[in-house]
Amino acid sequence: MNGVIDVRGLTKRFGRHVAVNGVSIDVAKGEIAGFLGPNGSGKTTTIRMLCGLLTPDEGEGTCLGLDVRRDSKRIKAQIGYMTQRFSFYEDLTIRENLDFVARLYRLRSRKAQVDRTLERLGLGDRQQQLAGTLSGGWKQRLALAACVMHGPKLLLLDEPTAGVDPEARRVFWDQIHVLADEGLTVLVSTHYMDEAERCHRIFYINEGVVIARGTVDQVIADAGLTTWTVRGPGLARLAAALSDCDGVEQVAPFGNTLHVVGGDAERLEAAIAPFRKRHGLRWELDATSLEDVFIQLMGRRTGGQQAAA
Amino acid sequence: MFGRIMAVLVKEFIQMRRDRMTFGMMIGIPILQLVLFGFAINNDPKNLPTSVLIQDHGRYSRALVAAMQNTEYFRVDSVAATEAEAQRLLTTGAVNFVVTIPAGFERDLARGDQPQLLVQADATDPTASANALAALQQLQYTALRHELRGVLSGLNPDEPAFELVVHRLYNPEGITAYNVVPGLIGVILTMSTILMTSLALTRETERGTMENLLAMPLRPIEVMLGKIVPYIGIGCVQVAIILAAARWLFEVPILGSVPLLYGMLLAFIAANVCLGYTFSTLARTQMQAMQLTFFFFLPSILLSGFMFPFRGMPVWAQWIGEALPLTHFMRIARGILLKGNGFAEVAPSLWPIFVFLAIVGTIALRRYRQTLD
Ligand SMILES: Nc1ncnc2c1ncn2[C@@H]1O[C@H](COP(=O)(O)OP(=O)(O)OP(=O)(O)O)[C@@H](O)[C@H]1O
Ligand SMILES: [Mg+2]
Repeated sequence: MNGVIDVRGLTKRFGRHVAVNGVSIDVAKGEIAGFLGPNGSGKTTTIRMLCGLLTPDEGEGTCLGLDVRRDSKRIKAQIGYMTQRFSFYEDLTIRENLDFVARLYRLRSRKAQVDRTLERLGLGDRQQQLAGTLSGGWKQRLALAACVMHGPKLLLLDEPTAGVDPEARRVFWDQIHVLADEGLTVLVSTHYMDEAERCHRIFYINEGVVIARGTVDQVIADAGLTTWTVRGPGLARLAAALSDCDGVEQVAPFGNTLHVVGGDAERLEAAIAPFRKRHGLRWELDATSLEDVFIQLMGRRTGGQQAAA
Repeated sequence: MFGRIMAVLVKEFIQMRRDRMTFGMMIGIPILQLVLFGFAINNDPKNLPTSVLIQDHGRYSRALVAAMQNTEYFRVDSVAATEAEAQRLLTTGAVNFVVTIPAGFERDLARGDQPQLLVQADATDPTASANALAALQQLQYTALRHELRGVLSGLNPDEPAFELVVHRLYNPEGITAYNVVPGLIGVILTMSTILMTSLALTRETERGTMENLLAMPLRPIEVMLGKIVPYIGIGCVQVAIILAAARWLFEVPILGSVPLLYGMLLAFIAANVCLGYTFSTLARTQMQAMQLTFFFFLPSILLSGFMFPFRGMPVWAQWIGEALPLTHFMRIARGILLKGNGFAEVAPSLWPIFVFLAIVGTIALRRYRQTLD
């Protein structure tokens, strides 16, 4: 097995709170793995354990064939970790930040490397600007550029495109795919559906537990959901009426349509039957989208919490 | 408005309570310092270490030594065998006084010839020796009255039994600046270097850059050196300025070698920046780091012999003082500048600085957190 990431049963507690609970992740070389889950579900904590920033309370495994507990120093040399929060130096210029990283990884022909990175970023003419004065999206782009500069074998990206405009996001994903083709492995956390769909594989984590994994199609299939879409007038009132029906697990508006989702196809059909004859409504049995699945997965959690409270 | 003030006040109070360390320091440090310095500060230092060089043993010299001890200003804790040994004790600062009882002292006394008693005083710190020397003046009249009663009933009680010859060494005019300026070099360096380096890591943590730093392949020693070496450089620049000021502004004589002094300064600065760095591994916020710095700074000023004569402090305070690099540096600086000491004389004060450096450096490396947990 040449699993670049291969960890089992990672657990991390903060006091009595279990932030990550028995997470197992395996990512093969050249794969782009998406890491999804609601806020506070343990994505950042898991990534930190992978690169040795946090010591797992339980669990074991390897990153790049190196033990995550004992070899974190050697792991760090071969990975690029982009933190969720901008953590380069705001009181250094863009160039100085890149230079710092280049020095730290002892890059040969440092100046040329930094120049190239600046050029690729399109920041050549702003290289003397203090990093702290960059806009949020540009900070993200700088951080990303800085963490791929030393040619890592594994990229751990914690919400790298949060706050980045669509154009820059597309550029970023194209770039990631090129790098993956060359053999770079990527684990990237995100809240964007379109980004999840661009991953080879996804892991969905909820309250510290991975509850769905596989390719996008697999995850959708595993969810076993049936989805109807409705078009027509008065969707808001329809949604309210539908959500109380037995067999309807989720009603979510998407633009001018409503997605009505249920786990049991027959019960769902029975539930919507009275509404299907309504004038002006167009009902269609549709493919379940990843988003429907995620809303469903998240809904389970809030449901659980309400039950607990 | 009152409501908003209350809101802030309550918030501050809660935060203060959460931050146990800061809270503890705020309460504990003033008390500690009050107790510490209230007892340690002494402008009338007693029990100053004294060595006697007795070239004529007899009942009068014994009585004289006893009388000196009785003044409480002198603590005769060594008897020098030779003049050279006595000088060495004085130059290294082991004693503040050397009293020489000359040959023929007993005989001359008995005859009423008023023999000379030589007192050499280390006057680098003028206040330390002033009261002791005044007490000695008194002894001229009172010390041997009892012993001499029968023998010299004819002697005029208003005339001293012996003549006192006082040599104030190293700073004969008792110029305070000579004493203060070398000390000031140490004090200023202590303050600035520790304060700067104590923020080294806490700043990273507070600005959120620590996570990135830790994610990169850096070893603790690399972080430490990378952070302290620049400050050693800054320290060297400070030293040049201070030395220039000492020479041309205060006109302090520089009897010893300047390169030697610079070398010593390097060791001293290294000890201080290392301590500052250690503080930054202990503190969680910049505020705490600053408080730790001041916590260290005050005893450094007050117990090192900078403010008050070192030998005048109670023994326990001297022990604390001995642990401080500033104490040793001050001896080195005064020795080189005012006494013209060479390496051999300052070496006894150098190794404690290295011991300090080693201990503090070890703590820093052990305390450095390589993970975020
Ligand atoms: N240092 C810490 N001390 C205490 N609790 C922590 C710490 N770090 C994280 N947690 C808790 O662990 C849980 C998981 O946090 P984590 O940051 O991993 O979530 P996340 O999935 O990255 O969320 P987001 O999408 O908002 O970034 C949260 O409940 C968080 O409050
Ligand atoms: Mg996160």
